[in-house]
Formats: sequence, C-alpha cells, structure tokens
Amino acid sequence: MRAVISFLTGSLFGLGLLISGMTDTNKVQGWLDVFGQWDPTLAFVMGGAIVPMAIAWRFTIGRKPVLAPAFPTPPEPRIGRNLVIGSTMFGAGWGLAGLCPGPAIASLSYGGTGGLVFLVAMLAGMMLTPGLRERFDRAVPAT
Amino acid sequence: MQHDWIMGLVGGGIIGLAGALFLLVNGRIMGASGIIGGLVDGSGRNDWVERAALLAGLVIVPAIAAFAMGGSETNLTGNVAVIIAAGLLVGIGTRLANGCTSGHGVCGISRLSLRGIVSTAFYIGAGGLTMVLFKHVLGVI
Repeated sequence: MRAVISFLTGSLFGLGLLISGMTDTNKVQGWLDVFGQWDPTLAFVMGGAIVPMAIAWRFTIGRKPVLAPAFPTPPEPRIGRNLVIGSTMFGAGWGLAGLCPGPAIASLSYGGTGGLVFLVAMLAGMMLTPGLRERFDRAVPAT
Repeated sequence: MQHDWIMGLVGGGIIGLAGALFLLVNGRIMGASGIIGGLVDGSGRNDWVERAALLAGLVIVPAIAAFAMGGSETNLTGNVAVIIAAGLLVGIGTRLANGCTSGHGVCGISRLSLRGIVSTAFYIGAGGLTMVLFKHVLGVI
C-alpha cells in the first residue's frame, strides 16, 4: 500500500512539474536571471506548493501518519558547512542548466539526449558524494 | 504571460498536494534528490520499492501527459560540457546539502525549517550569480 501511495505521489509530483512549466529550463533560468527578461513563474510554483504543504505540516501536530508509526522528526537546526557548500554547488549547477533533480527525472521521456546526459552526470555525482564527503571531512575537520 | 503564472500556481498546488499525501500517509518527506540519491548510494536499500514506485510515477505520468499535450520541450542547452558540469554539481551539491528544491524548498520552508530556508537562500543566490557570471559576463550559457 505504501508503494501505491509512493507511485501516486510521484505521479502528482511529475504532473505538477510539467503543468507548472518547471521542466522547461528557460522558465527556471528566466527566473534566476534577474538582469535579463525576468520570468516570475517559479515564484508562483513555489508559493502554490508551499501552501498545501504548510497545511499538511499543521495537520501532523498530535497525529500519526496513516501508514507509518510516526512523522519525521525535524533535523537539528544546525547550519553546517556541508549544507552551505552543498547548496551553493547545487545552485551553480541549477543555474548552468536550469534543471534540478525533480524536473530532470520528470522530463526523462521528452528531455532528449541532453536530458539523459544530465541525469547520468547527476546520478554519478550522487554516487560519488559519500566518498567525497568522507575525504573532505578528514582533510578539513569540521569545527 | 499571465497564463504562465496561473499554470505555475496550479502546477505548484499539485506538487504541494503530492508532498502532503506523501507526508500524511507514508510519513515521509518528498525530496527528489534524497529519494533517488538513496537508491544510487545504497543508503535507501531498505525501502527501495517505495522509492522506485515514486520515481516510476514521476517519469511515467509526465510522459503520458506530455504526449497528450502534443509534446513538451525542456529547452536544455546543447553544450555537453555545461550539461555534465551542471549534472555533477547538482548531484554532489544536493546530496552534500541533504536536499534540493523539493526537500529543502517546498517541504522545508513550509515547516519553517531553518536548514531549508538557509539552503534555499544559498542555492537561489548561487543560481542567480551563475546567471550573471556565465550568461552576462562570460556569455557561455
């Protein structure tokens, strides 16, 4: 049953990304490019997604998930260097290509060879990360 | 242009409903990078069926919908070097930061998570600077 809900989640997620125009890199880069022909669409997508999600978070108070023992506990509010460096690297890649992980996956069927190359590079980066993180932590211990 | 905003709002609402469903029923956070990242680095071995099911929906439904709409276009750059560099940066960055636009952005900001808000500020800032540098200064993209 959890897998069915997961499939439905992915289906809605993908449909929303397509309808909102977020699998179109021009719309994403157009939003990031404040000095060009600025495209505000992404702000509407973010706003539209955050509202139902915020209501859902409110609804979790004092309740349990339907098919799980507990809701995820909030992570420690620590702003570590991995969060800052990782987010900066992600933002640079997001700006360069106009794709983030969700749309990169959702556009697999119509993203062409370029989309496939992006996805493979992204997965390679994800596979390399645990090793890189370990090396980085050893070379420059977190303070 | 106005049409784009409405479609953005409607599509965004559907994305939010997806995240709400995943949270309220499965008790999980809908973060694209975490879901697929856990499959490729092995950390999500125990619930791989659920992860794969979500990814299947994420690929199949836009494929059908785009076909029904008469096709869709990502307008991705043709510069392979840029595509590979961007893919690596997105892959490493999202896993190092433990989240992307969906996990830190949509799911994090909506619960007023400090980590989500800080991460989003940094990736939007870096994305904006990248546009300035690589589009307006260097003219690469």
